[in-house]
Amino acid sequence: MMEHFEIACLVRNSAGVLTRVSSMFTRRGFNINSLAVGPTEDPALSRITISVNGDENIRSQCIKQLRKLYDVKDVKEMISEERVGRELALIKLKNLPETRSDIVSAVDIFRCKIIDFSPSTLCVEITGEPSKINAFITVVEPYGILEMCRSGLVALQRGCSYLNEDIDFRTANNEARQ
Amino acid sequence: MLMTGADIVVETLIEQGVKTVFGYPGGQVIDLYDALFKARHRLNHVLSSHEQHAAHAADGYARATGETGVVIATSGPGATNLVTGIATAYLDSVPMVAITGNVGRSLIGRDSFQECDITGITLPITKHNFMVQDVADLANTIREAFKIARSGRPGPVLVDIPKDIQAAIHEFEPFEQVTPEENDLAEDEEILSAVQMIEESKRPYIYMGGGALRANVENEIIELADCIDAPIGTTLMGISVVPCDHPRYLGMEGMHGHFASSRAQHDADLIICLGARFSDRATGNVAKYAPKAKIIHIDIDAAELNKNVNVELGIAGDMKDALRRIIDQLETVERPAWQKRIAEFKAMQQAQFERVENQKELTPFALINEISKYADPSTPIVTDVGQHQMWVAQYFPFKMPRTFITSGGLGTMGFGLGAAIGASLGTGKRTILFTGDGSFGMNLNDLATVFANQVPVVIVVLNNRVLGMVRQWQTLFYDAHYSHTNLDARQSDFVKIAEAFGIPAFRISSLEELPETAAKAMAKSGPVLIEAEIGRNEFVLPMLPPGGSMDQIITDIEEQEA
Repeated sequence: MMEHFEIACLVRNSAGVLTRVSSMFTRRGFNINSLAVGPTEDPALSRITISVNGDENIRSQCIKQLRKLYDVKDVKEMISEERVGRELALIKLKNLPETRSDIVSAVDIFRCKIIDFSPSTLCVEITGEPSKINAFITVVEPYGILEMCRSGLVALQRGCSYLNEDIDFRTANNEARQ
Repeated sequence: MLMTGADIVVETLIEQGVKTVFGYPGGQVIDLYDALFKARHRLNHVLSSHEQHAAHAADGYARATGETGVVIATSGPGATNLVTGIATAYLDSVPMVAITGNVGRSLIGRDSFQECDITGITLPITKHNFMVQDVADLANTIREAFKIARSGRPGPVLVDIPKDIQAAIHEFEPFEQVTPEENDLAEDEEILSAVQMIEESKRPYIYMGGGALRANVENEIIELADCIDAPIGTTLMGISVVPCDHPRYLGMEGMHGHFASSRAQHDADLIICLGARFSDRATGNVAKYAPKAKIIHIDIDAAELNKNVNVELGIAGDMKDALRRIIDQLETVERPAWQKRIAEFKAMQQAQFERVENQKELTPFALINEISKYADPSTPIVTDVGQHQMWVAQYFPFKMPRTFITSGGLGTMGFGLGAAIGASLGTGKRTILFTGDGSFGMNLNDLATVFANQVPVVIVVLNNRVLGMVRQWQTLFYDAHYSHTNLDARQSDFVKIAEAFGIPAFRISSLEELPETAAKAMAKSGPVLIEAEIGRNEFVLPMLPPGGSMDQIITDIEEQEA
């Protein structure tokens, strides 16, 4: 598998921030594998988790270029041994009598759930490391995947280290306004 | 005090120390221009002929003064005309604030007349940009724009202000001038490693870029060079940091660099790079770059370390502080073997110079040399882009920092005239612009601005009736297929053009005419144009062949063809 790394960043929750981040990747020729963005415990901040394909040079450039963006408040690499990470996928499969029981056992073995069922289709929800989802997809591919969507990885560091250690963004922002 | 958004913009600019802005009015900045009218005795506005030139003028103003340049344009085409100017400033890390009007907020997103998404367009060519959505945020947004433009590695910031925000009324309270964020300082271990690497080296070479200019480290560089007995080379952007006649100065390196600095860099066992980005034009083939050298790279921008070239030691932070601390720990040494080698390179370079100097025709060297006699040490020298730019970089005897103003990173033909206007108005000094017939053809309508403001710019057009730099490549690497680089079909008379704009002009066609005509032209105190007819077979030499390394530098075309 191609070398890849994972980055989490806290960004200002402002208009266009996702464009600013993703445009930096385009401009520098970095290749995004997956990107997930959502709100955080602080309404002023959003968190973006990005999985990127690339070697050591790209990794360090990517982190440094992210740090230069005005809206990016903190950036950390999520190293796989030191983080917990999950991705969600919804996969719609052909529901044929002759493959149904094989699909159900795969769902059972991978500990995922069937969340929709129609006479001709069924939809599986699977959560886990991206590698687990990849493995499940390989298993069910022969049964006919009709469509699927993946959330991209989200990750937090293990234990008591966290991303916004150094910043209290809301306070800083209030000071700037005064 | 209650005032309109437009007044707030103008008051904030004045509060931030801005004295001159460049711009062009339009439908969505009428309010702003009304505020400029009311404040005309406190803030000078220079009307350009085209928003691109206004942006280059703000850029030239900033490069010559070290202040932040300001440009104003209307929405849509006004804003898009700024794009080349903003990109030029971005690639050369010039502090600039661009202010654009936009349609009112209720019209945004409806493809309204003269609407365009200028924050989207300028995203990759600004340090940051803002669209102001609330008049309450307006003053602080402009202050923040100045802070971003000036902090760390400088660059352009754009503030887009919808028309209804300019018209809205809000309270304004003046604030003090924002100060740039403090630079990071190097770690003690980094300084120690740098000192060790310098002490272990036998053939150190100091290499400075535009970052050295902005860090004001000319004294520290010379002190370091004296201390470790090293020569000093430069990129195009670092020219003028160290006086060209300094005995340790070897000149520019890279694609059209001086022979001595390129060769010394190739042979060095330690390169101390100060505020340069190892651009492809400066390094030649990166894979073969400085094969014998370890590299210490000091830069304000951490992302520059290991970006283009992998270095043994990268120090991100304040250059002046780092150099001081390095110098303080070093003992003065002499390196006679290295100096002997450098003296050989300099002698070879001198032989090439003599060949150039002794030509009995109107060569670029003869012209630049003659004009340079009329320049003070502090005269801003501006160029456009192309062969003439490289000749000025190679031959002009620069003596003081910030006197060489050129578009290095983006290589913008058409940069020169606007930048010369900005440099002259910023410094209050007579400014010399060297340009080519190709570059000048892109921007000559700004002669109107030169005349209207009686800007003391000496415009020297090196006219060879070809697009010389591309033609040089066509000669050397494209079997002399002169595809669209021959301008003979044009019959432009630059003397008449200047006169049509009200500017006196002179033509020089031969070496014999040069001293007298130059004297006549330079005797004018206001703007003046000199058209010099030079041969089209003048090449920019030395030259690194594409993909070549520094030791493969071509110094003579016949030699190359043989």
